[in-house]
Amino acid sequence: MSAPAVSPTPGPEPEAPEGPEAQVARAELILGKPSFHDISHVVSDIVERKAPRAWILLFGLAASVLLILVGSLTDLVGVGIGEWGVNHPVGWAWDITGFVFWIGIGHAGTLISAILFLFRQKWRTSINRAAEAMTLFAVAAALIYPAFHVGRVWFAYWLFPIPNQMNVWPNFRSPLLWDVFAVSTYGTVSLLFWYVGLVPDLATLRDRATTRVRQIVFGILALGWRSSHRHWVHYERGYLIFAGISTPLVISVHTIVSFDFATSVIPGWHTTILPPYFVAGAVFSGFAMVVTLMVICRKAFGLEHVITSRHLENMNKVILATGTIVGYAYAVEFFMAWYSGSPYEFFTFINRAFGPYAWAYWTMISCNVIAPQFFWWKRFRVSLPAMFAISIVVNIGMWFERFVIIVTSLHRDFLPSSWGYFRPRLVDITTFLGTFGLFFTLFLLFVRFLPMVAVSEVKGVLPEADPHHAETDHG
Amino acid sequence: MAERPFALVGVLRSPAQIVRTCAALRDAGYQRFDAHTPFPVHGLEKAMGLKQSRLPFIVLVCALLGGSGALALQTWAHSVAYPQNIAGKPFFALPAYVPVTFELTILLSAFGTFFGIWGLSQLPRLFHPVMRHPAFPRASDDRFLVSVEVTDPKYDAEETRRLLGSLGVEELEEVRT
Repeated sequence: MSAPAVSPTPGPEPEAPEGPEAQVARAELILGKPSFHDISHVVSDIVERKAPRAWILLFGLAASVLLILVGSLTDLVGVGIGEWGVNHPVGWAWDITGFVFWIGIGHAGTLISAILFLFRQKWRTSINRAAEAMTLFAVAAALIYPAFHVGRVWFAYWLFPIPNQMNVWPNFRSPLLWDVFAVSTYGTVSLLFWYVGLVPDLATLRDRATTRVRQIVFGILALGWRSSHRHWVHYERGYLIFAGISTPLVISVHTIVSFDFATSVIPGWHTTILPPYFVAGAVFSGFAMVVTLMVICRKAFGLEHVITSRHLENMNKVILATGTIVGYAYAVEFFMAWYSGSPYEFFTFINRAFGPYAWAYWTMISCNVIAPQFFWWKRFRVSLPAMFAISIVVNIGMWFERFVIIVTSLHRDFLPSSWGYFRPRLVDITTFLGTFGLFFTLFLLFVRFLPMVAVSEVKGVLPEADPHHAETDHG
Repeated sequence: MAERPFALVGVLRSPAQIVRTCAALRDAGYQRFDAHTPFPVHGLEKAMGLKQSRLPFIVLVCALLGGSGALALQTWAHSVAYPQNIAGKPFFALPAYVPVTFELTILLSAFGTFFGIWGLSQLPRLFHPVMRHPAFPRASDDRFLVSVEVTDPKYDAEETRRLLGSLGVEELEEVRT
C-alpha cells in the first residue's frame, strides 16, 4: 500500500489557516501535519467541551421549527388529509415533492460513504461521517410523508407484508410498494453502515471519557471495541461489503422512486429517462446539502484543516457534473416529447415551460442548470460565500424540479374540462417547513454528541499511518 | 473468581514497529497474540499471519436467503394466498417482483454483514483483560499495543518479555483476568 497521494496545493490557498497551523500549512488531505492524537482530540473535543452558545441558539431554533411539524401533523391526523391542497386533477403535490426532495438529499451521503470508498477516494474520510448522518436524517424527514399521507397513520403497517386478520396481502406488483421496500431498506442499511463506522470512534470517546456517564454510554455504544487487529480484519472486510451493497442500493432507491412516476401512463411521467435522471438529481441535491452543512460546521467547530477547501472544491466539481447531467436530461425530455410524435407528451412539455406553471419551470432551470455553471471557474469553487449561496440555490431548484415534474404533469390532464391549478394550503407549507426542523434538530444533536468526523479513518489516511513511512532503510 | 495472569501487554509508537513486532512473534511461533491499533494498519494481518475473514460467506448465505425468500413471499402472496386481478397484471409477474427481491437481498446482506462483524469478533464484550493495561485507552488514540496471551504454547514469562523488550516494546506489563 503506497502513501496517500500528495498533490501540490491547487493554486493560491484562498483561506490560509491561521495561528499555529499557518507555519506548516500545505496541501495534503489533512492540513497542518497533525499527529494521530491531534485528530482524536480535535474531533472528540467537540463532543466533550461545553456547547457553544451558537449551537444552543441554533438548536432552539431547529427544535421550534420541529414543533411546527408536530403541530401540522397533529392537525393533519386530527382533521384528515383533506387539509392538504390536493384535489382533482392534482392528487399528488407537496407531499410527494417533499418526500422525493428529502430522499434525494440522502443520496449524497451514501455516494460519499460507499461509491467514493470503492473508488479509493481518500478525501472522503473527512466528510463521510457527517454526510452519512445527513443521509439518515434526510430519510427520517422523507419518511414523514409516506407515513402520514395514509391518513390513518396507525394503519401504516399495512404497507408491510405482515400477516393480518383480514388475510390481505400488499400488492407487490405496484411501484408504491417497491418504494416502501426500497426506502425502508435504504434507511436500515444506512443506519447499520453508519453505526459500524462509528464504533471505533465511540471507543475513542469511551477511552477519553472523564465522566462516569460518558464512560457508561460510550462504553455500551462501543460494544467493547478493543481496537484488536483480529477484529479489524473482519471489520474492514465488512466495511468493504457494506460499500459494495450500498452502491447498487443507492442507485436502486431513486430508480424505484422514479418508478412511482415512470410506470404510470401520465404524459410527462411515462418515460425511460426518469431513473438515471432522478439518480443524478439526487446526487446533485445531496452534494449541495453536504456543502451547505460542511461550510457551516467546519467554521463553527474549527475543523478547517480536516475539511479543507480541497474537499469542498471536490464536492463542487461533483455538483457541476451532476448539475450538467440534470440540465442534459431536461433537454432530452423536451427532444423526446417532440420526437415521440405523441401530441399529449408534446403538449405536456410545452405546457410545462410556457403554461401556468412556467414560473416554476424557469426557476428550476435557473437554479439547477445555470447556477452550478459558475463552478467551471476555480474562483467560485473555492469561495465559501459563492459555494454556500450556490448550494442553497441548487436545493431550491431541486425542490422545484420535483414540483414541476409532479404538478405540471397532472394539472392539465386528458380532459380539458377537469383542468385545474394547484395551490398549497397552510398545512402543506408548515409540514414542509417542519421537516427542516426535524432534519436540523437531528443534525445538531449529532454534531454535538457524536464524532462528526471519522477519526479512525482520517488517521488511516495520514502519511504516518503507512508502515513504510519514515522507514527509509527498507522502503 | 481468582485473578489469573492473562496476557503480557506492551506499547509501541508507530505502525512500522507494530508490524515488525507482530512479524517477529509470528516467526517465533506464537499464535495467541494480538495487536491493538487506533486504525487498521495495512499489512498487519500478514505480519500476524491471520487468515482472510470468513465474513463474505456469511453475507453470501444471507443474500441468497433474502433473494429467494423475497421471491417466494411474492409468488406465494399473489399466486396462493391472495390472488387478485389488479390492472390485468398476471398473478405471477416476475419482472414486477425484481425490485422487492433486490431490496430484500440487500437488506439481508446488510444484516449478515452487521451481525457477522460482531459475531466473528465475539463482540459485544464490554470488558476484556487487555483493558487493564494502563496504556489501553491510547490504543484508540495514538499508541499501538501488542498482547501475548499466557495460554500461548510458546509463552514463557521470561523469554517472551525478553523478546518483546528486544523489539522495542515499552511499558511491558502482565495483565490479569
